Amino acid sequence: MLVIRNLRTGYGNLEAVRGVTLHVEAGEVVALLGANGAGKSSLMKAIVGLLPPWGGEVRLSGRAITGEAPWHMISHGVVLVPEGRHILGDMSVAENLLVGGYHNPDRQLAIGEVFERFPILKSRARQPAGTLSGGEQQMLAIGRALAARPKLLLLDEPLLGLAPLIVRDVLRVVRDLRDHGVTVFMVEQNAMATLGVADRAYVLETGEIILEGRSEDLVRNPEVRRAYLGKGYKEVWE
Amino acid sequence: MRPGRRLGTSRRRERCRRPASARALPQSREGRRLSQFVQYLFYGITVGSIYAAVAIGFNLIYCTTGVVNFAQGEFVILGGMTAVTFSRYLPLPVAIAAAVVVVMGCGAGLDMAVFRRLRNPSILRMVVITIGLSIVIREAALHIWDEKARALPYFTGNETTSVQVFGAGVSPQVFWVLGVVFVMVAALHAFLKFTTVGTAMRACASDVQAAMLAGINVANMRTFVFALSAGIGALAGCVISPIAMTQYDGGASLAIKGFAAAVLGGLGNHTAAAAAGILIGLAEGFSGYLLPAAYKDAVAFAILILVLFLRPRGLFGSREVGSQREF
Ligand SMILES: Nc1ncnc2c1ncn2[C@@H]1O[C@H](COP(=O)(O)OP(=O)(O)OP(=O)(O)O)[C@@H](O)[C@H]1O
Ligand SMILES: [Mg+2]
Repeated sequence: MLVIRNLRTGYGNLEAVRGVTLHVEAGEVVALLGANGAGKSSLMKAIVGLLPPWGGEVRLSGRAITGEAPWHMISHGVVLVPEGRHILGDMSVAENLLVGGYHNPDRQLAIGEVFERFPILKSRARQPAGTLSGGEQQMLAIGRALAARPKLLLLDEPLLGLAPLIVRDVLRVVRDLRDHGVTVFMVEQNAMATLGVADRAYVLETGEIILEGRSEDLVRNPEVRRAYLGKGYKEVWE
Repeated sequence: MRPGRRLGTSRRRERCRRPASARALPQSREGRRLSQFVQYLFYGITVGSIYAAVAIGFNLIYCTTGVVNFAQGEFVILGGMTAVTFSRYLPLPVAIAAAVVVVMGCGAGLDMAVFRRLRNPSILRMVVITIGLSIVIREAALHIWDEKARALPYFTGNETTSVQVFGAGVSPQVFWVLGVVFVMVAALHAFLKFTTVGTAMRACASDVQAAMLAGINVANMRTFVFALSAGIGALAGCVISPIAMTQYDGGASLAIKGFAAAVLGGLGNHTAAAAAGILIGLAEGFSGYLLPAAYKDAVAFAILILVLFLRPRGLFGSREVGSQREF
């Protein structure tokens, strides 16, 4: 579904993504792991056109979309839930969802589904989104993306700052979306939780893919365990 | 006994006793004072609503595009001038509609020619650019027309027609100005609140990145906002033209006063900006009691400077918005 070849991008003189090649097949959940500053968010931004690509190619279902304006992504079925949520704080929860479904003729239906999936949002529909708790804002950010009915959902650190219980909820949503035919490509620091839902994963380091593989294999990889899973991993996972 | 300022209470009582028919008769000194008060009041509200229109246009552009547009006053002048020219060939309402459309085109063109090409310009650079643009537009207006002041005909009656309000003669055009500006503010509010495009516009103002990711074509939205804002200015310029005459160089002072109103209202809040515009107009009007007319323009500047010193987030602005949006 998504094929990236040799993609390069950055800021000024700084090359944050140095020739990344990866692919995400339809119906998969693929994770992108990496330390702070590895270039994960930059890669996401380059995919959706928030950062101009310096070179390489982004293809979606065979069609090159490299460097297209971010607002065209929705018509290709691609929606990014950006790092830091980017909630419309002075607008109500309902209005946020309405904006998310701006291009979706069936937005009322899609928003109804979002409310079913996240009942808390329904009870807060009239509240200014800026007054939601962090976890609720994360749900709203995901809900807003779903209001557009994406085919490919890009998530940039959706688990950041969430309590373990909420982490489980969000992962359940990811799994459920996959079951409904949505392809998910997600950036995460929480490798342990992410590898639990992802089919495959890539590991990015200073702008380059250094490892890739099936989640089960990566979980067993000593390098990944040392770098991204931490000491506590063994007890929790096994 | 001469009624001094101290005699406020007895004056009020006497006003109540006077029969309505007496208004048209030669007035007592108190009557004249009252009618003078009403004159100042209407003067203030009228010019104030024009400042309000400029402030709203300024606000709209600033919130959605981040551009601090000091050329906002030129839209008012262009609107008035173009309508005067068109009114020679077309019936008045058509001439005004056509002028508004033309100025909206100018606003959109300005965005496409200049602002679309700037990537993340600093506030200072933007101020310099928009002031430059306002000078260019002013000089162009001088070329196209000339330095003579022009006026549209009165929408109702003529310059001698007046409606009696508490003994003061008020031109019906004043009510046109108030009505049109009020309808514009109400319509804008409804548009932003209840339509999908309006909601998308607020999304652009709130978080550009989120708006882009939701599929909103932010570049086109900006152009639309410039057009809308220019249209608001132009319509205001048309309704005020019969009473305040339109001259090529009137834009700069309008822009400053509109800016003062937008800052006073707390950037980002259209209704507050409108209220602040009227407040500045009133302050200017009533300054006639205390100051020679020549100092009228200084009033708005004094208010602007005071607000910037004492309360940069504006009278009605919230702390949160103010922290992002103060100058
Ligand atoms: N707006 C920017 N301007 C300049 N440099 C930037 C900018 N954003 C990111 N960078 C740099 O690009 C590199 C990659 O940043 P990026 O945000 O992609 O990392 P990341 O992998 O998402 O990190 P994190 O896990 O902390 O979110 C970093 O070195 C960062 O300092
Ligand atoms: Mg990041």
